[in-house]
This record gives sequence, structure tokens and C-alpha cells, in this order.
Amino acid sequence: MDYLFTDEQKMIKELAHKIAEEKVRPAAAKYDISEEYPWDVLKVIGESDLFGLFIPEEYGGMGVNITNLCLATEELSRACGGIAVCYAASALGTFPIVLFGNDEQKKKYLPDLASGKKVAAFGITEPEAGSDASAIKTTAKKEGEHYILNGLKHFITNGGDAETYTVIAMTNKDKGARGASAFIVEKGTPGFTFGKKEDKFGIRASSTRELIFTDCKIPAKNLLAKEGMGFIVTMRTFDMSRPGVAAQALGIAQGALELAVKYAKERHQFGKSISSFQGIQWMLADMATEIEAARALVYSCARAIDAGSRDVSKESAMAKMYASDVAMKVTVDALQIFGGYGYMKDYPIEKYVRDAKITQIYEGTNQIQRNIIGLQLIREMAK
Amino acid sequence: MNIIVCIKQVPETTEVRINPETNTLIREGVKSIINPFDMYAIEEGVRLKERFGGKVTIVTMGPPQADGALREAISMGADEGVLVCDRAFAGSDTWATSYTLSGAIKKIGAFDLIICGKQASDGDTAQVGPGISTHLNIPQVTYVKKVEEATDKSMRVERMLEEGFEIIETPLPALLTVVKEINEPRIPSLKGMIRAKAAKIIMWGQKDLDLDPQNIGLCGSPTQVVKIFTPPQRVGGQMLKGEVPEIAAQIVELLRSEVIS
Repeated sequence: MDYLFTDEQKMIKELAHKIAEEKVRPAAAKYDISEEYPWDVLKVIGESDLFGLFIPEEYGGMGVNITNLCLATEELSRACGGIAVCYAASALGTFPIVLFGNDEQKKKYLPDLASGKKVAAFGITEPEAGSDASAIKTTAKKEGEHYILNGLKHFITNGGDAETYTVIAMTNKDKGARGASAFIVEKGTPGFTFGKKEDKFGIRASSTRELIFTDCKIPAKNLLAKEGMGFIVTMRTFDMSRPGVAAQALGIAQGALELAVKYAKERHQFGKSISSFQGIQWMLADMATEIEAARALVYSCARAIDAGSRDVSKESAMAKMYASDVAMKVTVDALQIFGGYGYMKDYPIEKYVRDAKITQIYEGTNQIQRNIIGLQLIREMAK
Repeated sequence: MNIIVCIKQVPETTEVRINPETNTLIREGVKSIINPFDMYAIEEGVRLKERFGGKVTIVTMGPPQADGALREAISMGADEGVLVCDRAFAGSDTWATSYTLSGAIKKIGAFDLIICGKQASDGDTAQVGPGISTHLNIPQVTYVKKVEEATDKSMRVERMLEEGFEIIETPLPALLTVVKEINEPRIPSLKGMIRAKAAKIIMWGQKDLDLDPQNIGLCGSPTQVVKIFTPPQRVGGQMLKGEVPEIAAQIVELLRSEVIS
């Protein structure tokens, strides 16, 4: 389908496609096995300016544009969901600075993130605060010109490899959700260490670690926005980043479909290519249709954000939920088309199933997305 | 350092199909790309510019659509592109092509270095680079795999030959042809692609260049293509069975009856 992308957007798609085919796909299996952080691939992505797609031009980026970010993320994810999430998670960690940082903070952090010289990470999740983000226990206590951070974040994508962290901590526990604040924490700050690296089911090229804060002293000027704005920062950040997760899911689904079509044409049974069987064709047709529906939702939502629509929580949640559910279904069906071979690690398709699963879980489980959508529907009705 | 890189647009040959009846290339739907060896030349030009400063000018001779190849080179970091394009140049062999390109290079003006890929993937002659240096009367170093040192007057490079390596020092200006071992061509940047899209390509035809009309195009090309054909497929061999003396006897018999007669 023609989405009427601009010339620049077509260029971004073409460039990300080239990187995906020439650099990401050949490295995908290697990093899936080794779980090393794919610095060499991210360096190429950085040199190609794609990290600039979520950063304003005045700070060294290409201008914040969610459609552009989704195009790049979709193309990279077609080849490897793991490497792509290292990229997308840097966007997630950067959005709080882009949205709420003051000029000094932006000048200090954004140029290196735009060039890909450094990557960012976002830290909110804790062992006891997953879907219930208001249950976070990490504290930030103001002492003179500093804040002292204490607590533990876990399941942090890019944790340990990122240089710049945006972290949510409680500045006033009595106020509940309104007592949370957002901070920028640099890697190497005394009192800031990393816990174990998680051994994951999928997206294994990306790193996931604990962030440990033990009397970690950061300058007070690293506070983003104002005290108490932590959850607003988080919600606005997720509104911006969810289409990116949706685009990641979309790319994984598209990549799996392409592999399935190719395999179906090559594989012969009963003296014919299995692609000549209606049973296979119908599966492929359903997969392609659902992917196209997800794509329409993802890019409509991205465009609404780019056009300045502020109330995008519902659409953003719909895009993330639908695209990731489609990714899960499509990758499982793609593996089915590969038959027994698909179940073997010698073939690339099983990795797509593993990579797809996380998109239903992170940045808000799909159950939480449904809560957001449901709540919004009721609110709209009450207006 | 002012660097000129000569490139050629060629059909993408990785998925080329041959029409079995006419034995010609099926050109429909075949993408045009920059000759893969020229990608290394562009990359080396841009790297030398990054090392020593200066400017990289890309030159190509071809039909109007070769404009795309020049823009791709600009997206990789080259500064400008010159398209040498005229119906009068059609049918040029390697001699006429290198003569025409040398005319364009003279018009560009002062330069320190010309870089070419070692050969084009369609013709495989490896003659245009050396031809340009001959027409311009400058030294040439072919099959370069590394630029070791360079000053504004000379350059030391390593050549890769079948029997080994050679270190050559050449005065500048000079022409190098490069092999794929020299570098890994970069993926363009988005800023480069945006710049390339807006870049103004210089287009020169016969009237813009000081060329002898006798030496250009088909009439200026001494090469004559007599015939192009696909060699017939070899049929499978014949397996002989039995003990060694029996096989030997069979071979003698076969040679007598089929080959020698």
C-alpha cells in the first residue's frame, strides 16, 4: 500500500533497509547466540544519522519525527528485533530530555545521542513495580545542590551499555504518583552500578540489566522538569515511544512473512512448491492482511503525533497492542509454514517468534494497553 | 588534495538472466548500480579527503540516468558530480572512453589524484583507468590495496599482484586503480542523501569539451566486437568401469574412434 511518504521519508526507509540487509541481517544470528551488545552495527546506524531521527536539529539531530523513527525501526526490525531495540530503546531514554529537558540539559546530552556516539536508556521498572509503575521504591532525596538516589531498577534495556539514563525516582513518597520525579544520570556516577545481565528468550542482541543506586549523588540540575513531574514525563514519553514499539513489532512480522513466502516457494512436497497449496496461500494472505492493518494503524498514529495531536494515548496504545499481537500471530504462523525446519535453530524463523513475544510485554503489557484504551473510551463518553 | 574519482554505472549482475535463445542479457527490470569496484574508489577518495582535506569530484560518462550514480557517490561524501553525456559518445570503446574522460578531467582543472576501480563488472577490461593516465600523461599505479603515505607532491601505495605485493612511490598528480581489499565502502548518511538529492550535477557534452571528433564515440573506437556468444554447455563425461588394464584399453579404443579420427 502506498502510504504517501515524503521523499525524505522514502530516503529514510531506503537507508534503513540498506543497513538492515547489509549490516543487521548478517549479524543477527551471531548476536542472538553471543548476547554481546552490537556496537559495530550501532556505529553504522549512528554514522548514517538515524539516531538523529528523534532529536531536534538545533541539538545535532534530524528533527523529531515519530513517523521517521517508525520507518527506521520497522526496517531494522525486519532483519533483527534485538539489534533494532538497542536503537529504539535509545529513543525511549532520550525522549524525556527532548520533551522536558531545559536548553542546558539538551545541549549537554543530545548531540552525542544524535550521532550515536552514546546510547540512552530509560529506567522506571522495578522488581515490585512493573505494570503498576506507581509502586516504585527508588528514592531521590534533595541535599543542597544534589539529589541522593537509592534503589534498584530492573529489566532496563541498554542497561550497562548506555551512557545516559533517564530515571524515575520518588522525591516525595507521601504524594504517591505525584511524588515521582525524572532525573538524568550518567554512567560512571559514583554509587551507580549495574546488576546482572538478563538471559532472555528473545531480543538477545540487546542488553537488559539492573541499575543499582547506592547513595548515588547527582547534581540537582539533572532534574528533568520539576519535582513531582515524574509520571507525566513517563506518560508523555510512552505516548511518543509506543508507536516505535509498534513499528518494531511490525518489522518483526514483516520480516517473518517475507521469510515464509520465500520458503514456501522453495519448499517442495508432493512434487510441488508448497506455495501452490491453497492452505499455505490462505495463511500467507491472512498474515499479510493483518500486517497491513497494523501498519496503517502504526503510521496513522505516528502521523497524528507529528501533526501535533496531543491526545494520542488511546491510538498509541492501540497501535502498540495490535501490532504486537499481529507480530506474535504472524511469527508463529510463519514458523508453521517452515514446518519441522522452522523449529530448528539452523533456520532464522524461530528467532522471530522469540523476538516478537516481548513486544506484547514491554512498554506496557498489552493488558495495560487495553486498560488505557478502555479508560479513554469511558472518559470520552463522559465528555 | 583535489581528488577525481571516475565511476561507471553498470547493470546489477548478481541476478542477471540470459535469454537462452538470443544469448543476450535480459536488461528489462535489471537495476543499474555503481560498478562495485568503483565503490572502493569513491570510498578511498572520501577517506583521503577526510585525512588531508580538499575536494572529491566524481566523473562518469554515460546516459542521462547515470545522474543517479553521481548522486549516490555524493551521498557517500563526494563533493560534486560531472556527467559526461552526449549521443556523440555512444559506442565508445575503452580507448575512446578514456580519451573522452581525460578531456572532461582537463576541463575540471587542477587535481592531485585520480582514482578508478580496477575494472568494471560488465566489460571487465581494466583498461579505462590506465587509458586516462596515458591520455593525461601522468603516472599510473594499478591494483592499489593501500595508500600508505601521501604528501602534496608524492604518494606511497601498496599494490596487490597475483605473485605478491609491491610498494610504489609515485609523484603526484597520478592515477590509481584500486582493488576491493583497500577499504569497506560506507553506507551513506541521511544528511548525505539529502545533500545528494539537492546537488547540482554538472553535465558536459561534446561541445563543452576540447576533443578531436575523430577520437570519440563509435568512429573513434578501434575495438570491433566481432561476435558475442555464450560458450556451449559441456556435456557430462563418460564413466568407464572395470579394472585398470581394461579401462586403459577402453580409453585407447575411445581415443582412436572418437577423438583422433
